[in-house]
This record gives sequence, C-alpha cells and structure tokens, in this order.
Amino acid sequence: MSADLVVHGAEWTVKELFVYPNEFIYWSIQIVMYPYMTGLVAGAFVLSSLYHVFGQKDLKEIAQFSLVFSLALLPVAAVPLLLHLQQPLRAMEPLLTPHFTSAIAAFGIVFSTYALIVLSEIWFVYRGYFVAQVHALRDQPGIGNSLRRSVYRGLTLGAYDVSDEALATDHKAAKILAAVGIPVACFLHGYAGFIFGSVKANALWMSPLMPVIFIMSAVVSGIALCMLTYIVIMEWQAFRNRRRGGAVQASEIRGAEADVVSKSARYLLGFLVAAISLEILDLIFRGYTAMKSWDILRSVMYGKDFMNIFVLQYTLGNLVPFILLILPGRTIKRTVLALLLVLFGVFMMRWNVVIGGQAFSLSFSGYMHYHIPIIPHSVETFKEGVFGALFVITLPFILFWGINKFVPSLGRDAGTG
Amino acid sequence: MSCSRREFLKNTMAGAVAAAMPACSVILLAPGEAKAMTDGSKLRWAFLVDTEKCVGCGLCVDACKTENEIPYDAPVSRTWVERYVITKDGETHIDSPKAGRDGFTTGEIRGEEIDPEDIDKAFFVPKLCNQCDNPPCVQVCPVGATYQTDDGVVLVDRKWCIGCGYCVMACPYGVRFFHPIHKTAEKCNFCYHRITDGKQAACVQACPFEARKMGNLRDPEDPVTKVISNERVQVLKDEYGTKPHVFYLGLDEKVR
Repeated sequence: MSADLVVHGAEWTVKELFVYPNEFIYWSIQIVMYPYMTGLVAGAFVLSSLYHVFGQKDLKEIAQFSLVFSLALLPVAAVPLLLHLQQPLRAMEPLLTPHFTSAIAAFGIVFSTYALIVLSEIWFVYRGYFVAQVHALRDQPGIGNSLRRSVYRGLTLGAYDVSDEALATDHKAAKILAAVGIPVACFLHGYAGFIFGSVKANALWMSPLMPVIFIMSAVVSGIALCMLTYIVIMEWQAFRNRRRGGAVQASEIRGAEADVVSKSARYLLGFLVAAISLEILDLIFRGYTAMKSWDILRSVMYGKDFMNIFVLQYTLGNLVPFILLILPGRTIKRTVLALLLVLFGVFMMRWNVVIGGQAFSLSFSGYMHYHIPIIPHSVETFKEGVFGALFVITLPFILFWGINKFVPSLGRDAGTG
Repeated sequence: MSCSRREFLKNTMAGAVAAAMPACSVILLAPGEAKAMTDGSKLRWAFLVDTEKCVGCGLCVDACKTENEIPYDAPVSRTWVERYVITKDGETHIDSPKAGRDGFTTGEIRGEEIDPEDIDKAFFVPKLCNQCDNPPCVQVCPVGATYQTDDGVVLVDRKWCIGCGYCVMACPYGVRFFHPIHKTAEKCNFCYHRITDGKQAACVQACPFEARKMGNLRDPEDPVTKVISNERVQVLKDEYGTKPHVFYLGLDEKVR
C-alpha cells in the first residue's frame, strides 16, 4: 500500500477475533490528551476561584498563579483536536456552520466564552500592576524597557485610574468573573464528558455519569498540576535565593508554601474522593445491571485492561497518592510524589475511557489493541504518537513562561486582586 | 389636515402592523421542508437482504469498491459480507476477510480449520449502511457535513467534512470509516448517484442470486415493499433506536 493510501487508524490497531472491517482505533492519543488538557484548564480555574469567590485567603498566592496558568493551558486544550482532525484546515467550520445537535459544535462557543472570562479576570486582577509598570518604566533607559512599557500601555487598555475606588471596582469585577467562570469551566469540561457519555453506540462510554466524573477528575488534575508547578517554582526560587543569599529568606518561602500546599491538598482529596466514588458507582452499576454489552466489557475491564484500570489508574493513580496525602507528617517530597501520581492517575482514567472504549468491537465479538506510534515515520504517526502527545504537554509550560514575563503570578510582584 | 403627534404615532403603528400581517401569515420553510411537502414524501429508499440467498461470493463488495472508488486493497469497505459458523459446542465463529471481497473459498476461519462434522449451521450476512431514520451519525456531526436526504439516504459532503471521526464513533453498525485518499468520513449511500438516475445500486446489480434488493417504501406496489410489509423481516440492532432501513430475511439471532 503506498503512503497516501494509509487508512486512518490501521497503523496502530491490532485486531483480535471478529471485528467489523471498518473498525479501527480512530480516536487515539490526541483524544486522550484533549479531555486531559481541558480538565487541567478547568481545574486550574476552579482552584483560583476558591480564593477569588470563596475568599480562601491562604490560597491567595496559588490562586493568582492558577489563574495565569489556566490562561497558558487554555489554547493548548484546542491543540489536540487540531492535531487529530483529518482536515485541520477546516478547523474553523464548527464555528462557521455549527450543527447544534452535535456536542462538538458547542466547543467553539463554550471555549471562547471561557477564554473571554479568563482574559478579563486576569485583566481586572492585574490592571493596577500594568499601570504601575507603565509609570515605573517611564524613565528607564534602553529599547527593551521602552518596548516593555509599550506592551504594558497596551495592556492597560487606556484605563489608568488607580484610585482606591477604581481598584475596588476591579476587585469586585474579578470576583464576579471568577464566580461566573466556575460554572463555565465546569460546563467546558462537563461537555467534554458529554461528548463521550452521549455516544450510544459505545457500551463503555454511554453513561449519564460521564460528564460529572469528568468534572470531578478535571478538578483533581487541575489542582494537582497547579500545586506541582507551584511547588517546583517556589523550590527553585528558594534554591536560587540560598545560592545568592538574597533578600528573601528561603525559610520564608517554604513557610508560605507549606500552608498553601496543605490547604490545596485538602481540596484535592475532596474532589478525588468524589471522582473515585462516581467511577466505582458506574462500574458497580454496569456489573449489576449486566446489559448485553457486559460480557465483553467485563472481559476488557477485568481481563485485557486490568493492569491499566485497576493497577495503574485506581491503585497507583488514586489509592497510593490518597494514602500519601492523608498520612501525617507530610513532606514536600512526598507531596510531589503524590501529585505526580494523581496526574498520572487522571491521565490513565482518560486513557482507559478513550482507548478502553475502543478496545472491543461493536460486534461484541472481538477486540482491538492500541499500539501507540513511538518513532514517527509520517506526519500522522507524529501527530497521533508519543511525540505529538509530548508536544501538547510541553506547550503550556512554554506559554506560561512567556505570559509570566508580563503578568507575574508568583512572588511579591503578583497582582493586587 | 391637522394631525397631533399622538394621532401620528397611532396611525404609524397601525400602518406597520397592517404591513406586517401578510408577512406573518406566510410560514417560512427550509428548502428541504418545502420539497418534503410537495413530492419528497413519495419516496423512501429501503434495502432488503435475503440472507438465505447469499452464498458469500463477494461480487457485491467487489462491485461496490470499483463503483465508489474505494481503494481496492485498503482494508475498508462501504459494504461487506460476514460468515457465521456455529459449531456444535455452541461457539460462534465469525469472519470477513478483506470484507468478503474475494469470497469465502476455504473452511478456515482466522487460521482455524473447522471440521464440517462439527458445524450446526453456517450462513452469510451482507452488511451495509442502514440509512437510519434516526441516524446518530447525522446527529453528532459538528458541522452538518453529513445529512439525510428527503428520500431517507444519509450522505457525506466531502468538501465540508472536518474529519473529526465523531460520526464514525456514533454509528453502532461500524459502517463508517475515513476514505484513504479524501481523508473524510465515508460510508455506503445506496449508490445515490445511481439510484437517483434510475439505475440499481452497484451491489444490487452485481448480486447473481438476488440476495440484495432495493425499493421504495412509500410505494405499496413495489415488490420489495410488499416483502417488507407481508413477510417476517428483521433489522439489525434496533435497541439503539436508530430505525434502520435495511431489512433482513432469515436473520439469525447470533448475528450482531
């Protein structure tokens, strides 16, 4: 078969027993990445809202960071979809001719609404800082500084009023946006769950619990990633300060960090318990009702995917970090390990839903095995392979690095919100 | 003539309402709806498969691939033939090598030779798009690139499909795939270019045993319609609520 005759999915699908001829694993690693990334966006935003809306003061620092980080994650949530499309140049069509009986058609609208909320909330939180920068950079020499000043001037959007009254209004606006943002963030992700949960042809996906499970695990992964990145950055700053003997004492940073981490960890555990309960309920319900599809589902879940579901996802990704986080005498190192495992667990959950849902034939008489392309030999095997996934996972950190240059979300410079 | 401001506004309002009346009394119809209200309802394509007559020669698959320009050796096909062999131990062996294109010439199923003495029953089942009345593929298409015509056939617009694969996932029958060249969703459309031109679908024409037939459900005199309404026919996977329009004669309960 010549290169241009490659059937989508045939390269990484291995069939076992009877599978319909046209069945392949059409939704591969990028569709695993898509709910994973949107989940991180939604989770990061919810964490930041805990401070802005519910006034959890001790979360202030991580809240600021999560907000900016969710902006860095936001464009990345759409990248997996773009990489997955067979016709990426037509990616704007769902916005131009949305067909509203489709769950995917709402993506553009929900996504843009959410983007607007995040952007405007950041603007309200940081406007005071932008104005301060414009003034501070006025007399600074050098082209770099004058360029920075121009950027900040643009970012103020011409609103230079930094009276107490104006800043109070900013604060109020940010609070309202954070409050509105929570349901929108949940909707953004809940509907990703709906995309799967509403596919009646797929015995594993079809479940009204799917959107709720997705939201819960999204918040879990979002909080975990924010905590992890926060700890890593703070530790790095502390390390740098120790070396320089700088003004900020390492112990001071560590002190602030420990409070934030233990508070966030409590929220993480709460959402983790909710996510696991729902997943177990779903599993028990399927076994108890034992519909026609249960035979093949059981053979996939307790047989072929046992390692992925029960060992990697539930034990290593949920149970172990749960124990690590609740045992007394928690250290930063142990927390980092637990957070990494939580992130891995949520990733495995997405994997087991997306790939697991295609592990069996619609005929219920055969299986399909997914062999993820590692070394790419074509655009498609790059996009839908290990390197495509790594590209997606690195992107938010690069974006955050850039955004953080202008909107510092860590340490003393952080905005006033 | 004197006219107070109040009078003027009153008259203007009355005039506007009067002018709007004729526009309100006209129902706005989409082109499809308008067509359905005139002649569209006279035609609803349906397919009839007589599994008792199918011998698994694969000529239908061959004809379909050629007619619809599906790369001949690509492991995908708009239609396919499945072989079912039910052995005395109650096991069901199913296969469809190369979608059944080259026929079933050996007694081997996936490398396993089955002793004819062990067989309880064996038969062939041709499969194709069911042109559902409630098509889940049309429901989930985010851009409306796949749509249902007034005569019941579901089509794909290759110029508008974004290739997300949601329709492929949504079809309970596994009839959809990505065209290896066009890179868009692909499926059986009952040879729409032929049937709207008065010809028969390629697979129907190629079948030497008349196991495949097509007809108009709205025409009570149509021979296919007569079979569907007078005899005991079955459809595939009706539990999904898709209202499939490929009807089967002699369908076994093992078929899925």
